[in-house]
Amino acid sequence: MTDILFMAAVFGLSFGVGYILIADVPPLLHTPLMSMTNAISAVVIFGALVLLSIPQGGFELTLMAAAIIAASFNIIGGFFITDRMLKMFKTETPVFSNDPSGKRDNK
Amino acid sequence: MHISPNLILDLMIILVLLGGIHLFNKPGTARQGNLMAAVALVFGGGATLWHNGLFYPGLLAAAMGAGAVSGWRLALRVNMLQIPAMIAFQHGAGGLAASLVAYIELADNAVTLGGVNQAAGIISLVIGAGTFSGSLIAGGKLAARIRQTPSILPHHGLLLLLTIFLIAALAILSIFFIRPIAVFFLIGMTLFAALLGVLFSIRIGGADMPVLISFLNATAGLSAALCGVAMQNRLLITFGATVAASGSILTHVMCRGMNRGILKVFTGSKGGVKFQPAIIFNLDGTVPKMETQPPFRNNTPLDNLLAAIAAMKESKNIVIIPGYGMAVAQAQFNVVKLSTRLGEMGKTVRFAIHPVAGRMPGHMHVMLAEAEIDYGLLYEMDTINEEFKAVDLALVVGACDVVNPAAMAIEGTPLSGMPILMAHNARKIIVCNLDEKPGYSGVENLLYQNPKAILLFGDAQKTTSALIEGLSEQFADEMSGTVP
Repeated sequence: MTDILFMAAVFGLSFGVGYILIADVPPLLHTPLMSMTNAISAVVIFGALVLLSIPQGGFELTLMAAAIIAASFNIIGGFFITDRMLKMFKTETPVFSNDPSGKRDNK
Repeated sequence: MHISPNLILDLMIILVLLGGIHLFNKPGTARQGNLMAAVALVFGGGATLWHNGLFYPGLLAAAMGAGAVSGWRLALRVNMLQIPAMIAFQHGAGGLAASLVAYIELADNAVTLGGVNQAAGIISLVIGAGTFSGSLIAGGKLAARIRQTPSILPHHGLLLLLTIFLIAALAILSIFFIRPIAVFFLIGMTLFAALLGVLFSIRIGGADMPVLISFLNATAGLSAALCGVAMQNRLLITFGATVAASGSILTHVMCRGMNRGILKVFTGSKGGVKFQPAIIFNLDGTVPKMETQPPFRNNTPLDNLLAAIAAMKESKNIVIIPGYGMAVAQAQFNVVKLSTRLGEMGKTVRFAIHPVAGRMPGHMHVMLAEAEIDYGLLYEMDTINEEFKAVDLALVVGACDVVNPAAMAIEGTPLSGMPILMAHNARKIIVCNLDEKPGYSGVENLLYQNPKAILLFGDAQKTTSALIEGLSEQFADEMSGTVP
């Protein structure tokens, strides 16, 4: 894993696959997408977990605690706000919509 | 690279995450997608703990508990108008967490880290700190605690470059000195990175907040990914890269929605160009013949209201255009009620959402969803713009820049060249905005000069309420004989 090429490849591949998948997300869901990816970016908490597996000094522990508080705030807050927003989206076959253009954006 | 059980586990976790993101392509499956992403994160955390052990379980539990509880409480209380500010602050928290972890990793393991890891850690630290401070500024602007106009300092560009130079210098110094001196360089570098975030964000105007938020989304992810490179942690790299990709896409969509390059957005516009149209003119520059009927601008508010109600009643094909003003006035509930009522009267009602309506991508959609709109009625600009020629009535609620024909007619303004919703092509137009003042761009709205436009200025909640009442049966009875 120390190979820079390997890590660049991992980054590039994830970025590319992520890009392709997210390009399909409709504008309707852009706000929940942002709050969800916010929660995902709190993945750095794994880094804090690794650093907390060995003895640390007081200063380091304070910083780690702050990092974990911030990351946990993002994770719990992010996923729950996303879920709350997604619950709001509903559709039913509109009785009155006789859209003359025949085009629809959100089905 | 041998195949270890850890690699298999990591791959499975990543697949779950990607699967969750894939399910976000439809509103029907998005909730499950969100759940899958959360599961991926939980399993990743569990796997990390299981693999490494934990020396400070108490600290972890306490810190996680504190963060989780406050996140949970905020998630329950926030309304859709506050969402952009909340998300901005969350970006800040993400940047903060990444920079703190990167710092400890650098400080702890400076001796054993390879060159690439160290460089990645330093960049992660800088970007994370910049994201943190930049997000606080963005959140402040969105929460209206900081003024909306861009704050451009003298020699702003030079200050930015100077700060970047100092950061680079301190970074190099921190590499070549050992602890404890290196620590001072690192901390100094971090402070300047935070300053960089502030300098960067205050230069960006209120109209460009959607771009800034999306960009901070990407940098938070990038910071996490680079922290992963520093710590040689696969999951951090992949999760972070995915978030960076998402932020990049949204930034691109926002810039395209304004037809402004990202560099132009980041260097800040000089505020609006005050344009005072002296006469009413057509978009091709010719002056129309004087109407025999006075334009709606000169009617009394009551006359305009009655004209608007009549226009609604006689229209068959209606498009509603919501804007941020509707959100501020909390009029989205009335607007949805109005659309339902019109639909029950047998009319075709659709919503046209401009890509940069609102303060963040998708803002208008969640505002209307909060009011229980049927999301099948929401149309994007590209799909519906051609339709306006055939539309009987365009109903603008709290939207200004996104329907301003000046974007097409006038050069040299912050608005020039931005694609707009062609409300002016509709047969009739009703505008429910607060007042005649320009939007964030500072450019006067030519739509207000259009003879077809019925202007109902005032609180959008009250205006839409009056429109709903105007459609009711008893109102028609009361008014019979007096409708112009």
